[in-house]
Amino acid sequence: MSEREAIVRVEGLTRRFGDLTAVNSLSFDVARGELFGLVGPDGAGKTTTLRMLAGVLPPSTGDATIRGVAVAHDPERAKPFLAYMAQRFGLYEDLTVRENIDFYADLYLVPPADRPRRIERLYAFSSLGPFEDRLAGALSGGMKQKLALCCALIHEPELLLLDEPTFGVDPISRRDLWLILHGMVASGVTVIVSTSYMDEAERCDRVGLLDGGRLLALDAPANLQQRLAGELIALRTAEPRRARDLLRATPGVHRASLFGETLHVQLDAGADPALARDTIAAQGIDVRSADRIRPSLEDVFLDLVATER
Amino acid sequence: MLSARRVRAIARKEWIQLRRDRRSMLLAFGLPVLMLLFFGYAISWDVRDLRLALLDEDGGRRSRELVEAFEASGYFRVTEQLTAPSDVDPLLDHGRINAALLIPPGFTRDLAAGRPAPVQLLLDGADANTATIALNYAEAIVAGYSRRVLLRGAIMEPPVALDARVWYNPTLESRNMIVPGLIAVIMSIIAAMLTALTIAREWERGTMEQLASTPVHRLEVVFGKLIPYILIGIADVTMAVAAGILVFDVPLRGNLLLLAALTVLFLIGALGLGMFISAALRSQVLATQVAMVVTYLPALLLSGFLFDIDSMPAALRAVTYVIPARYYIDVTRGVFLKGVGLEALWVQALSMLLFAVGGLGLAAANFRKRIA
Amino acid sequence: MEPAVAARDLTRRFGDFTAVDRVDFSVATGEVFGFLGPNGAGKTTTIRMLTGLLRPTSGTARVAGLDVAADPGLLRRRIGYMSQRFSLYGDLTVRENIELFAGLFGVRGDRLAARTAWLLDMAELAGGESRLTAELPLGFKQRLALGCAMLHEPPILFLDEPTSGVDPIARRRFWDLIHELAAGGTTVLVSTHYMEEAEHCRRVILMNRGRLIAQGAPADLRAGMAEPIYEIETGDAAAAAAALAQRPGVIEASLFGRAVHLVVEADPRSEEIVRAAVTAAGEDATRVRRIAPSLEDVFVALVRREGGAVAG
Repeated sequence: MSEREAIVRVEGLTRRFGDLTAVNSLSFDVARGELFGLVGPDGAGKTTTLRMLAGVLPPSTGDATIRGVAVAHDPERAKPFLAYMAQRFGLYEDLTVRENIDFYADLYLVPPADRPRRIERLYAFSSLGPFEDRLAGALSGGMKQKLALCCALIHEPELLLLDEPTFGVDPISRRDLWLILHGMVASGVTVIVSTSYMDEAERCDRVGLLDGGRLLALDAPANLQQRLAGELIALRTAEPRRARDLLRATPGVHRASLFGETLHVQLDAGADPALARDTIAAQGIDVRSADRIRPSLEDVFLDLVATER
Repeated sequence: MLSARRVRAIARKEWIQLRRDRRSMLLAFGLPVLMLLFFGYAISWDVRDLRLALLDEDGGRRSRELVEAFEASGYFRVTEQLTAPSDVDPLLDHGRINAALLIPPGFTRDLAAGRPAPVQLLLDGADANTATIALNYAEAIVAGYSRRVLLRGAIMEPPVALDARVWYNPTLESRNMIVPGLIAVIMSIIAAMLTALTIAREWERGTMEQLASTPVHRLEVVFGKLIPYILIGIADVTMAVAAGILVFDVPLRGNLLLLAALTVLFLIGALGLGMFISAALRSQVLATQVAMVVTYLPALLLSGFLFDIDSMPAALRAVTYVIPARYYIDVTRGVFLKGVGLEALWVQALSMLLFAVGGLGLAAANFRKRIA
Repeated sequence: MEPAVAARDLTRRFGDFTAVDRVDFSVATGEVFGFLGPNGAGKTTTIRMLTGLLRPTSGTARVAGLDVAADPGLLRRRIGYMSQRFSLYGDLTVRENIELFAGLFGVRGDRLAARTAWLLDMAELAGGESRLTAELPLGFKQRLALGCAMLHEPPILFLDEPTSGVDPIARRRFWDLIHELAAGGTTVLVSTHYMEEAEHCRRVILMNRGRLIAQGAPADLRAGMAEPIYEIETGDAAAAAAALAQRPGVIEASLFGRAVHLVVEADPRSEEIVRAAVTAAGEDATRVRRIAPSLEDVFVALVRREGGAVAG
């Protein structure tokens, strides 16, 4: 990690719900100005972790310090500096865009003299200006998320905690949202975002892979991709399913999974790169293409989680 | 530490939401007045126009005078003329009459001769309340007629005369007693129902989670949410009082400002209670049900509205001390009918103050900015 | 042979609002067919019309040889439907839910025993029959819901956003399942807002704001995109994207991973144009190469061409 100061320090953060341990002794740091991603399957603990960082759910044990303030002990002191966007739309559908923004501006005691300038800026990058008087409930999914982001940014927080902000949102709004986020990061805001979209995870400075409440890996996406031992081959064949079953039974093949009609074959470290194509061809299945590919984060993830289980 | 701006922001948001919710507006403004009008007209403990069947086997001048006395009282109305005593049973059985007056053949003759002249009154006892009242009226009418007969020709005063005067409610209009009580009961119910939803709804919709992540203080939320509902409560009471005066002719003898002040105190307690239920249960469905049980039934049964507190068994009487409506009823009746001031109502004022603090306290203590 | 599903000018209006606007497509037997589009595009409404749950305002659809408007009851016996909202009863056990659906579809006796065994195996729930459905992890619930929709072995399956909210691994396994079913001859129609899942389908339709904006095999749709896309790896991706977006010939500059994806106007010399733009923008690019468009790129390009925003 760089010499940038850590704005968030998580130490042994744990949360239990009855018998279930949703988050199990998480420890990591996030540097100021970093774009930090949290990825993982459902029930991995992403939402629970973010809720604890936002101070709306107390941990069972462990703590997180945000800007030096221990969130478990004194959440109210940390809240003025952070903004949290819950997974579920948390604004008031029976209030207009402007009323929602004004409300949050009041909650954070944003000086009235400063508001027009800030709101102008927010409208500029969210394109919500023309919809100022529209009820929030009448907005599309993408615009609702942009509004939620505006309300989160009105008090110019130092830390943004976003729980799956682009879930179900149309591709164009998704891109807009990420442009906004990148702009924030560029101006020094720290962003911790959870996502189930792998391409979004690849944009982060560092990604934490969560599964079953534990951190399986934490590194820059590029480094994570290097981790995948052995070659990754993308195989297009005439009979993908048969090919997959065949390869799974072949020694030297670590994993073979279907992605659409394409087989992603992960070979054991040191295995012959041509192994996959040769095996299939030998069985009389027509091989249309066999290319070495760079593992995506999803491949890495699949590998790590499968190894764990 | 608490920010007036944040309290105002919460109050404004709550008000905007209420304004835009047609159903809530109807509930908040329409229901109380509707309930008052409906119950005000429907409940009346005065009994008038009792249906009387008459069997006059005498037919003489005196029997006719007696019957006229019954009819002139306004309490009875002869609806059936009978020809035989056996006619009475089916009429009472079917509920077609409340009572039957049977005058025997020798009535006029006996009276003229100075002999006792009994008449018989048969009553439908199935409705004991009405029967008792009918009986009392009838006895009074007969006693009055007896005296007339007795004094006929003599200029004499009866040895003991009862000079009765009824204070506060000279005409003994039951409505005068009911309406102020009804106002108190209705406000108890409405107040709790209004706020029972507010916090639970935000948890269920997910807006509370978002709110919890801001620096807003618990008390700011509670106070902020309270304000619009207090205003609505005051508007409701004003409308109810106006309805009482204009529609039901209930006199307002006391100080309107005192009523307003004590009403606000009462509202804070009742609204606070509703908010406590909402904060503790976090479920709109559950909160409304509990609010109904905790406010409606006690307000109706144990506040002194329907049943006299002093006539209750000791255990229940003890319970009434924790029913805020009980004190508020004393206030409404006191201000409306007795015209008294704080010097007579200070106990009630103090009790309601305690409830206000208690209700708010419970609400604030139970409302947490935490998901779990 | 008659297609398994055929829609002609299918339209549904709710008052002033047109949720589905003259949608036209057909699906062959045994095909895995995808409905792609963001939330609010009209996918669920279309599926509801095809399954007889909602009456079309105009247009027609034939499913499993039946007119959807004619006899919805009969139709429902010939198809399987898994709704977007979770349709099982949380407070029933796995077995109880299976029995409920079996009862609804008239699956009894030996057939029920066989289908139950199949379902438990497919959903990896063998031994878990007495577990409360609400307590199952989401991935298992999805597979159970799928199984219950299929107890009566329908030839056509409609799945409305079955992978919504499910993590990538469970999603992959779910798609494996779908492919197995298709291999066995079942026609499967799936809707999803994850564009990359289109790769799993033989053919897809792209919907936006109730309209069908594209139709075909994913590879063909991607190849059909005229504007080339270049990936540029550079130090400060965000700054580079902002700078390049202004350059002439550049339609869109967006961030993807740590690189910039540049969509430029169709031109045989596009690569030179891009390199020139990069230099002119003062960016020190470590790599510039042309990449194949994703279906999301295709979607965005189509919507842009229509001149519209997405929903709004």
